[in-house]
Amino acid sequence: MKIYVPLDSAAKALGADEVAEAIKVEADKRGLDITLIRNGTHGMVWLEPLVEIDNGAGRQAFGPVSVEDVPALLDGKMAGLGKVADIPFFARQTRLTFARCGIIDPLDLADYEAHGGLAGLRSALAMSGPEIIKEVTDSGLRGRGGAGFPTGIKWNTVMEAEADQKYIVCNADEGDSGTFADRMIMEGDPFTLIEGMAIAGIGVGATKGYVYLRSEYPDAIRVMRSAVKVAQQKGLLGADVLGSGKAFDMEIRVGAGAYVCGEETSLLNSMEGKRGEVRFKPPLPALEGFMGRPTVVNNVISLATVPVIFEKGAAHYADFGLGRSRGTMPIQIAGNVKHGGLFETAFGMPLGELVNDVAGGTASGNPVRAVQVGGPLGAYMPVSKFDTPFAYEEFDGQGGLIGHAGIVVFDDSVDMLQMARFAMEFCSVESCGKCTPCRIGSVRGVETIDRIARGDAAAIPLLTDLCDTMTDGSLCALGGLTPYPVMSALTHFPEDFATAKEAAE
Amino acid sequence: MQTQTPAIPDTEIQAVIDKDLHLEAPLLPILHGLQATFGHIPDNAIPLVGAALNITKAEVHGVMSFYHDFRKVPAGRHVLRICRAEACQSMGGKALADETLKLLGLDWHGTTANGAVTIEPVYCLGLCACAPAAMVDDKVIGRLDKSRMDKILQEAGA
Repeated sequence: MKIYVPLDSAAKALGADEVAEAIKVEADKRGLDITLIRNGTHGMVWLEPLVEIDNGAGRQAFGPVSVEDVPALLDGKMAGLGKVADIPFFARQTRLTFARCGIIDPLDLADYEAHGGLAGLRSALAMSGPEIIKEVTDSGLRGRGGAGFPTGIKWNTVMEAEADQKYIVCNADEGDSGTFADRMIMEGDPFTLIEGMAIAGIGVGATKGYVYLRSEYPDAIRVMRSAVKVAQQKGLLGADVLGSGKAFDMEIRVGAGAYVCGEETSLLNSMEGKRGEVRFKPPLPALEGFMGRPTVVNNVISLATVPVIFEKGAAHYADFGLGRSRGTMPIQIAGNVKHGGLFETAFGMPLGELVNDVAGGTASGNPVRAVQVGGPLGAYMPVSKFDTPFAYEEFDGQGGLIGHAGIVVFDDSVDMLQMARFAMEFCSVESCGKCTPCRIGSVRGVETIDRIARGDAAAIPLLTDLCDTMTDGSLCALGGLTPYPVMSALTHFPEDFATAKEAAE
Repeated sequence: MQTQTPAIPDTEIQAVIDKDLHLEAPLLPILHGLQATFGHIPDNAIPLVGAALNITKAEVHGVMSFYHDFRKVPAGRHVLRICRAEACQSMGGKALADETLKLLGLDWHGTTANGAVTIEPVYCLGLCACAPAAMVDDKVIGRLDKSRMDKILQEAGA
């Protein structure tokens, strides 16, 4: 009998380790011969810890399972959820990037291969550099970190650059609130990321890769480090990748708690052992990146999506999506939500359908008031914008951004003035200090919002003006996009900025 | 209880530095190594790191002080990191954090008088679909509420 208990942080945060321990103890008592597998999560966090039991007739899911439930679970007396694939939240998804996550043992390379792993790399190894770049370009893949820059164009710049050493740097500094896709794939299917980086390296002629992984993710760091070791032992990484004669190796680097290091130039400075201050562009990192050499800097999900593009073909991937947003996006639905988790689907699903149908509305049962999309630098969308299709240009047209595709749901108890204030405060705490609009503007922003809270209506135009200055004058997205949450809160929820004034009158 | 940090011999510090010197751009790995070994970055490590990498003491200090993770003095025996970010706020995280700080009579970054627990803010642990979240040392905790928080503080000896 095989029993699967996720090792994902979210499952652990809800007691998966304790459940796994109880399963061992109770199975022993019953003399059951079990194989306990610690898989990744399927992404349905409200059902975690989600345990699957395979008696030879396929995996049956149970969840959420508590330590107290374990005797009933092993005695066959616990009500089940059926197959994971039949659970509506899962059945509605198109899983390409996350196809294996939750299914396989994350550190078992043979299991990875049995589920389609390495097929993409093998096909890439038979191609020339320009052919690899063309495949990525044709797939329409755009940067999943938030900026949405076409991945193929970036790779092409690095490929054409002349240098004795080039690098692939994976940005795993996933600091946006409401996002956890990077963490989930690094913990649940780390070889996908390694394979994607190897394809990138072989495509552009880079022999060394780094993953810059945030220190707030200790579990992901452990899994990635183990996976790199396995990959080196099995010849997936090293001087002779899968016997091709081509070299690619990689290393995990740990961040040190600075949000701004998710910005690519700040990340490169941090990796070089400097303060994580933003660099001016140009020069582009593609030409002068890590150690001044041509460097591909891509988000985890961009790189982890590369293997499936080479496994199934660019056309297959580009077939999904809407407009210039091709393929699928792992959307992370979080906050005050009934069914929170990761939902991978083709671009284009309306925001309201994701929040109300897929996720079932709020956890509190109160009406949804605002939804922040794209992390702490994303706009607060009111319910009146719920028909916006989830895609890059479509959100841009509505004064928002999809960013790294995190959705944080708030019910009607939220105070939008406080959320605007928090956005400014967060910017002041995390600003790298290099440019004035961000460093000083954010502090003045907090003060100005406090004036509004005290009933000073004259401060409202000042806040608008300050936001314009930050948008136009900041060097990077931190100062440049903090006005998104602030101004969207002010524009769509003006009543929260007027109450104090009216009370005073 | 403010205890004097005992001086750490230069030789022990040098041994930790030497372990990572073969890496490309090794400053961050060295600082992480020092903190993992000694619980903080000792003052006397700064000139040693500078000498090993041929950079000034000011540069080492500049890097160290830029990042939230690095400490000049040791933390309490346990570090409780409470998430302050938006997803946790949507589930009452702010009220829970405020209440916890009030109960302990601390501000963010403070340590209980018995040296048991240091409370740090953190902006996102990636546990946004089971908010509010926190982390005790390396152990993650989701769907926190008052009773679970009380239990955590009790177990940590706060």
